[in-house]
Amino acid sequence: MSVISTETQRNIGPKRRKAFKNDLNGILFASPAIIGFLLFTLGPMIYSFYVSFTDFSGTNVPSFIGLDNYERMFSGKDQYFYKSLGVTIYFVVLSVPTAIIYSFLIALLLNRDVRGKAVFRTIFYLPSIVPIIAISFIWLWLLNPDLGLANEMLQSLGLPTSQWIFGEKSVIPSLAMMNLWTTGGTMIIFLAGLQDIPRQLYEAIEMDGGSRLAKLRHITVPMMTPTIFFNLIMGIINGFQIFSQAYVMTNGGPNNASLFYVFYLYREAFQFSRMGSASAIAWVLFAIIMALTIIIFKTSRKWVYYEGEGTR
Amino acid sequence: MTRRKWTEQTLVYLVLVAGSAFSLLPLVWLLRSALMDMGQIFEMPPVWIPNPIRFSNFSEALTTLPFGRYFVNTIIIVALTIAGVVITCSVSAYSFARMKWRGRDLMFGLLLSSMMLPYAVTLIPSFVGWSKIGLTNSIVPLVAPAWFGGGAFNIFLMRQFFMSIPRDLDEAAYVDGASHWRIFISVIVPLTKPALIVVGLFTFLGSWNDFLGPLVYLNSESKYTLALGLQQFKGMYAAEWHLMMAAATVVLAPAIIVFFIGQKYFVEGITLTGIKG
Repeated sequence: MSVISTETQRNIGPKRRKAFKNDLNGILFASPAIIGFLLFTLGPMIYSFYVSFTDFSGTNVPSFIGLDNYERMFSGKDQYFYKSLGVTIYFVVLSVPTAIIYSFLIALLLNRDVRGKAVFRTIFYLPSIVPIIAISFIWLWLLNPDLGLANEMLQSLGLPTSQWIFGEKSVIPSLAMMNLWTTGGTMIIFLAGLQDIPRQLYEAIEMDGGSRLAKLRHITVPMMTPTIFFNLIMGIINGFQIFSQAYVMTNGGPNNASLFYVFYLYREAFQFSRMGSASAIAWVLFAIIMALTIIIFKTSRKWVYYEGEGTR
Repeated sequence: MTRRKWTEQTLVYLVLVAGSAFSLLPLVWLLRSALMDMGQIFEMPPVWIPNPIRFSNFSEALTTLPFGRYFVNTIIIVALTIAGVVITCSVSAYSFARMKWRGRDLMFGLLLSSMMLPYAVTLIPSFVGWSKIGLTNSIVPLVAPAWFGGGAFNIFLMRQFFMSIPRDLDEAAYVDGASHWRIFISVIVPLTKPALIVVGLFTFLGSWNDFLGPLVYLNSESKYTLALGLQQFKGMYAAEWHLMMAAATVVLAPAIIVFFIGQKYFVEGITLTGIKG
């Protein structure tokens, strides 16, 4: 973008001074971000990495214990590690694809000639601005097994009722359904992507007498793969970090069935004062997210269409 | 053919209406429950329109705990956060968009990659750091990060906006001898008001809705935010659904009001987020 040849200016005195002044000026303007990065990202990262190899409790003088914290997790000595990992993966596997499919479907429909498009768009987006604490209250009430609207509606339709978030088997699907309720942002990103697809592409298929399905398969979906890719990665990153719903609604229960990974970490750090162990847990989460992101990036070459590369 | 088209269109509206019902029903149910008395709320089959409408639920819910104080606490945190983010993220983003300095692209890359970092990784060391200097149980840990760039995401968003401004405008001023600061204040900022509003709105929602931050950092009741107050309320009035829903409505209302005022900016902002995908 900004190609300025500093090379030729190197040996000229005043110009060099000017370059130095530019550097200083630029860094000065960016200093909030730079200091913020050092203070609130890099510094904590380094410290957390170090603490993860210690027995730090938050108040003691940390002493080095090698890989003990990690070993405790992976060996299964701490029974909650695999439990919380399993619960969280189950939630991600259930919630991310459903959210993407649902919001993609709604975006597809809104991208057609429908009346009241703006109203629909607002309605679908509205739940995603609701504070998480209010979301939790609303769904606690809706999903109340004895008095909630959800079971009442099922009953009036003659369908079997559910224990929802109070059942060991149904708690994760219930939370995934709640997650579906707040996918308005994803839908709007899809909608924007759909509107960017050039009309000519569809016209070409129309000329060949292609069906609607052919358009969807050969144009819409391939052209949307970068957006799907983006939403998939963000969905996974956010899905792995679900916390507040479980904290407010289920307290990790019943019988640890919704003990999400970050909840487990929170308990270790702030209820059991095991900062060292909690830091190790955090780093494993980071490693998992990184690994998944890299895998998706690697495979993305096979299924994501990038403009300018031509069709595969 | 036209008949087929007609059925197709009907199907489209059916799905959209069903989806809208899924989106709206929980909110309608919230409001309906917030305006009922204990007896009516449990009636079977469910009553949809409260009769009589009980506005007193709100005053009852709001006086059981010092929600007025929680409200003020929240407003202070939100206002300081918005101010910090808007000011520091735009100055930093200007540097990344318009100024030339060694290490700029590296620094920007580092910032962007920090968006992938789970908050869980920095949560514990940050907490330990703040407690070492005795600032936990204060609003400082919640507000301070906003004054240092306001997060990679906002910097990225602002930089995108700045880059879309034609360079000739500030180049001309620069040739005339104006300093970067002058250009930033008198050329760039007036042109990026919509972007600043977008960042401000998202920051408002993020800060207003924040639960984990206050949960970790604030422990004396007098410093609680609304979200924490609500959580505490739940422990005390778990079975009084009409009061719980009234309290939830009060926390939700400002977010909805801000959303409807700034709706057009929201859509714009989210759309811009997706572009980088």
